[in-house]
Amino acid sequence: MNDNPLKRTPLYPVYADRSGVKLVDFGGWDMPVQFSDGILAEHRAVREAVGVFDVSHMGEIAVEGRDAEAFLDFLLTNRIRGAEPGRCIYSPMCRPDGGTVDDLLVYVLDDGVYLLVVNAANTDTDFDWISRWADSAFPGLRVENRSDEWALLALQGPGATALLRPLCRDFDPDGIPTYRHAGRRQVAGIEVLISRTGYTGEDGYELYCSPGDAGTLWTALEDAGAAPCGLGARDVLRLEARLPLYGHELSADISPLEAGLAPFVKLDKEDFVGREALAAMKAEGLPRRLYGLEMTEPGVAREGYRVLADDSEQPRLLGRITSGGRSPVRGSFIALALLDRGSVQVGDRVQVEIRGRLRAAEVVKTPFYRRAT
Amino acid sequence: MNVKDGLKYTESHEWIRVEGGVAVIGITDYAQDSLGDIVYVEIPEAGTEVTKGDEAVNIESVKVAEAVYAPVSGTVKDVNAALEDEPELINQDAFGTFIYSIAMNDPSELDGAMDAAAYRAFVESAD
Repeated sequence: MNDNPLKRTPLYPVYADRSGVKLVDFGGWDMPVQFSDGILAEHRAVREAVGVFDVSHMGEIAVEGRDAEAFLDFLLTNRIRGAEPGRCIYSPMCRPDGGTVDDLLVYVLDDGVYLLVVNAANTDTDFDWISRWADSAFPGLRVENRSDEWALLALQGPGATALLRPLCRDFDPDGIPTYRHAGRRQVAGIEVLISRTGYTGEDGYELYCSPGDAGTLWTALEDAGAAPCGLGARDVLRLEARLPLYGHELSADISPLEAGLAPFVKLDKEDFVGREALAAMKAEGLPRRLYGLEMTEPGVAREGYRVLADDSEQPRLLGRITSGGRSPVRGSFIALALLDRGSVQVGDRVQVEIRGRLRAAEVVKTPFYRRAT
Repeated sequence: MNVKDGLKYTESHEWIRVEGGVAVIGITDYAQDSLGDIVYVEIPEAGTEVTKGDEAVNIESVKVAEAVYAPVSGTVKDVNAALEDEPELINQDAFGTFIYSIAMNDPSELDGAMDAAAYRAFVESAD
């Protein structure tokens, strides 16, 4: 039995007692895995209409100061130097050996003012990591864990813009390009930091507000027609969109290059943490690579299951599933698998070991789903 | 929680309807609710020999894979073919959706199963 009580977001009182809500321990947080309609219905709501997610458990770390740009350009694999205020930059954050500490979003709020949004389970370790690097090479920088100051709601789906527009004061949310933010705005009478970002593969927005305002904002979005959605649906959506989940497709043992995130690893930067190891990996050829699979025989491929070649007698072990499950949009069972690089190509047949039996799957192109633009 | 009278129940949340020498088997409303959306059901073919306690059926939901154990020994008689394309039928109507049936070798193997009242109490104490 865990002695520490589970953490709760500011939205917990709004939905915890609803009939049909299922709460689960998610990295120490008491979070909804689904609401009453269930995971597949919530998934459909986001693909076809609009859903709202409470993701307030995520961490927010402020990095501020004259040297903040140089520091972040050194700390992260993606390019931060030259990014103007208004940008939201996705970047892995690596160890010197090339393994991944976390993947995160950098909000360029102003010159020298940045907000890093990190995975909930990694907030404390990320803060330690960032602080230590700042202390060692960039004194005078302000690095603060401001996670308690923010609630975060994700509004996602093709209907998100139409739902949001009447609630927006003096601005059109559709005017925000993807991976950009519009700074502090008024939505439903509440001050929010709003960005055109998300983790579902659909159009959508992320809305940051004060913990005290979170319940009002959530209720306003639900009243306007957004379906409440939990972490279960979130996982189905991101898997179809081939978005990595730290702990599965990225980890201390899995580099962003192996996870297929090369566009976010700027090896041409002069220096950054992990640069040498990642450049060597690329030069020598990556040992492993993430591939998309689709089951062609009945069965559900799940994390950890072994993937073997389609050889006859003694099929070679190629690697393991990192994430898997049902794809409602494809009507099939899909998975991401970390396999020996070059061992397969799109169109090849492989076998997944599901509870002792080998079942056929095909290597397919990813993402598994791409929204019509 | 919905519990139907006239059926037998196991601690692993299966219901059993005895029809002569055949045990017709499904999972309870409590089980489908805790599983969440069911996406795949793997059932042995008719004619398969099973022993009481065997992992006979596997039910996969979005979240988890759950084994369903044979409550009796015998031969698999009928299989609900509709579950291949519509596994969600179990979520929609757990008691109205059988999964498979077993022609029993020894019906007394069911003597230890619970009746509706005992299962109701069992579920209430489990939460």
